[in-house]
Amino acid sequence: MIGIEHYLAVGAILFVIGIFGIFVNRKNVIIILMSIELMLLAANINLVAFSALSGDLVGQVFTMLVLTVAAAESAIGLAILVVFFRNRATIAVEDVNVMKG
Amino acid sequence: MTVFAFYLFALVAVVAGLMVVMSRNPVHSVLWLILTFLSASGLFVLIGAEFVAMLLIIVYVGAVAVLFLFVVMMLDIDFNALRGRFVEYAPVGGLFAVILLVLLGVGIAAWHEAPGAAALHGSPIPEGVQNTAAIGLVLYDKYIYLFQSAALVLLVSMIGAILLTLRHRTDVKRQNVMRQMHRDPAKTLELVDVKPGQGL
Repeated sequence: MIGIEHYLAVGAILFVIGIFGIFVNRKNVIIILMSIELMLLAANINLVAFSALSGDLVGQVFTMLVLTVAAAESAIGLAILVVFFRNRATIAVEDVNVMKG
Repeated sequence: MTVFAFYLFALVAVVAGLMVVMSRNPVHSVLWLILTFLSASGLFVLIGAEFVAMLLIIVYVGAVAVLFLFVVMMLDIDFNALRGRFVEYAPVGGLFAVILLVLLGVGIAAWHEAPGAAALHGSPIPEGVQNTAAIGLVLYDKYIYLFQSAALVLLVSMIGAILLTLRHRTDVKRQNVMRQMHRDPAKTLELVDVKPGQGL
């Protein structure tokens, strides 16, 4: 049987990959959204690992809430992206300063 | 066998996750993201959380990844211009990543279950019940408000996404059915008796 530390290590590595992705792809919003999805997946892996290996179902129920929020977040993010692309014909994040006060 | 499958899935998930952020083409990134989620659901199956694993495939691979693919392919973007200076950003990002990884590693290494933690379980996994049935038993009973608030989140995000992307173009002629039905032949038609050889 695999110990819980192994799952936590995989979750930690995926989370760090997500952070690294946001750092190196700071112009491309689509990759940034995908990195956020990776980080949420890492959170899910931790929740499910704790849930299954300590014998408590709450973690898996909460994972479903995280999945819902991740799906909603990516839908809204991509909708904002589409609207922004319609107005500016680019998706570079560095150009998103037209609302600066 | 389980150990081998775990390391296989873990390795594939990590490598595919790295390829998501390193890949030059965003379409390839989305495909690597799909591979990451498939491997993660394999990990969930190994640990005995089949329902969440199938949910991950349905929600992420079936909906979110297709949404990403749709947007990547629909928008006419020059992705090479967005590449940025990878060589310039990578050292700082790598430094932060290593620092964070070390911190998380220290946290994981020091983790241990407190005595008496098992007594605090909110809903222990019942014996002899399959994972899906066990989740159903608590989800619609004890966590019904959580479930309904998740539905509310989805509703709000659906309304928001539609509201954001809906647009009424003014320069396009559209069929107006009510106006069409209420047209009166007496007002719009005129019968003209044209004499032969004269024209109008």
